Amino acid sequence: MSRFVQIERRRQAIYGWILLSPALVLLSTFAFYPSVATFWSSIFSRQTRRRPSEYVGFENYSDLFADPTFWKVVINNLIYAGATIPISIVIALAMALWANSKIPARGFIRTAYFTPTVLPMIAAANLWLFFYTPGLGVLDQIGGLVGLPSVNWLGQPSTALWAVIMVTIWKEAGFFMIFYLAALQTIPEDLKEASDIEGASRWTYTRRIVLPLLMPTTLFIMVNALINSVKLIDHLFILTKGGPNDASKLILYYIWEMAFAFFDAPHAAAMTILVLLVLGIVAGIKFTILDKRTHYQ
Amino acid sequence: MSRTIQNIEPIGAIVLAIIWVSPLVFAFWAAFHSTSDAVNFNLTASWTLDNFRTAWDGAPWIRYFLNTFALVTVILIGQFIVTTLAGFAFAQVRFPGRDLMFILVLMQLFILPEVLIVENYAMVSRLGLFDTILGVGMPYMASAFGIFLMRQAFKGVPIELHEAARVEGCSWFGILWRVYVPLARPTYLAYALVSVSTHWNNFLWPLIVTNSPDTRPLTVGLSIFGAPENGVDISVISAATMMSVAPLLLAFLIFQRQFVQAFLRAGIK
Repeated sequence: MSRFVQIERRRQAIYGWILLSPALVLLSTFAFYPSVATFWSSIFSRQTRRRPSEYVGFENYSDLFADPTFWKVVINNLIYAGATIPISIVIALAMALWANSKIPARGFIRTAYFTPTVLPMIAAANLWLFFYTPGLGVLDQIGGLVGLPSVNWLGQPSTALWAVIMVTIWKEAGFFMIFYLAALQTIPEDLKEASDIEGASRWTYTRRIVLPLLMPTTLFIMVNALINSVKLIDHLFILTKGGPNDASKLILYYIWEMAFAFFDAPHAAAMTILVLLVLGIVAGIKFTILDKRTHYQ
Repeated sequence: MSRTIQNIEPIGAIVLAIIWVSPLVFAFWAAFHSTSDAVNFNLTASWTLDNFRTAWDGAPWIRYFLNTFALVTVILIGQFIVTTLAGFAFAQVRFPGRDLMFILVLMQLFILPEVLIVENYAMVSRLGLFDTILGVGMPYMASAFGIFLMRQAFKGVPIELHEAARVEGCSWFGILWRVYVPLARPTYLAYALVSVSTHWNNFLWPLIVTNSPDTRPLTVGLSIFGAPENGVDISVISAATMMSVAPLLLAFLIFQRQFVQAFLRAGIK
């Protein structure tokens, strides 16, 4: 009997690893090995025709820390995250509450909110280009009606980053709305009835009952929004190319530029490792603290 | 007074909705008008298809469409195979090291393929897949998100069905194929919609690994077409943008309910 159990157990183990092997091979090839290789190349100097690549320790990192552009980009990305995350969450929440309530033209409203989500970032950037172009753009035309001067939204350092942020919010708020909508539909109807009987206003009901119940969803969305604030940079290629004067340059764009425009792989690698570290911390927080409260079974 | 307050919310909702669609609506309108009419808001101007003609002649759009289509198909097939097998292993097979492996897989949720562009580019070149559709698709096939989704779906399958199939003499693969896969059909549909719309829209990685019109997907083609260096005017860019978003946008408008459901299912489970 125990022999049989043992054979069965071994069979299961073999099956398990066979089933897992395609995923493991691909993950190793395109996630784990490249992560290690990135670290490896970040501690070697750049190979040039005259000098071969050599071990430099953490010199690439200290170069980065001494590079004002790097700090500029980090601060830009912090502003980008600091603006897009809360604003798109608040808008998403408002959208969900509205799209879930009895409101005229609800179908249109839902569609309107969600539509940007299905557009490529590149297309979204093209649409917004129309709004931002100085002199011709829609924003200038509207401003012109009330007598405001023409503004080169994408061309001046003080507004370029905000123009980019606006597009990101527009793109992701509708996506986050979906998660809130789903969560709202799981709130039992009797809570609403109970608070009606108690004479609570709609505002009190929302603030005291709905918002606390949406907390896990908010945390889930926050993690997603945080990842997006690293990942969503496609529109930079159309709108600003990181300019003017690096005013709207974000980390991932800088990595791309360093590796594929300046051909400086070691510094790009060092920057990649720093991003991975930050993402690793986020992952750690998510898996240890947040998952205890979110809806994963 | 309370009337006004009651009306504020619907008005707010509708104003936000109008703001949200206005870039799309405006670009749509501009695509059908000459540039000078578009930038002057000449609402009475006549409609024209000239922009579409110019845009159409400016780039091999059909080729781009086919490339994008091939790309999302290749990725989806790869993902289905890989995530089904791995999801099943995690959900129903007991083997030593399973939990550790699962944590490794989940880690990939945070090691974004987008961040590893430099080394992945080197890897794809080493494998001889540079400038191929397979090269664009491969890094996405072992999707941790998909594995997680499939695991959840397979965990929900009643064990009695599994046992029954085994008593009938079904092999492991048979059980997976005949019992689990059919029962997880809604999850596959949801995952397919999310995957297709993600990769239809993906840009940075395809930009790096493609180098010719024969492999370039729509997004990359569109960005090259609209680049300021090409001096294409804004109405023509609008027309090109409309052309390239039309298939997915129409699909979305027609299957809106399923689409939203799919995103919900994929996000929440």
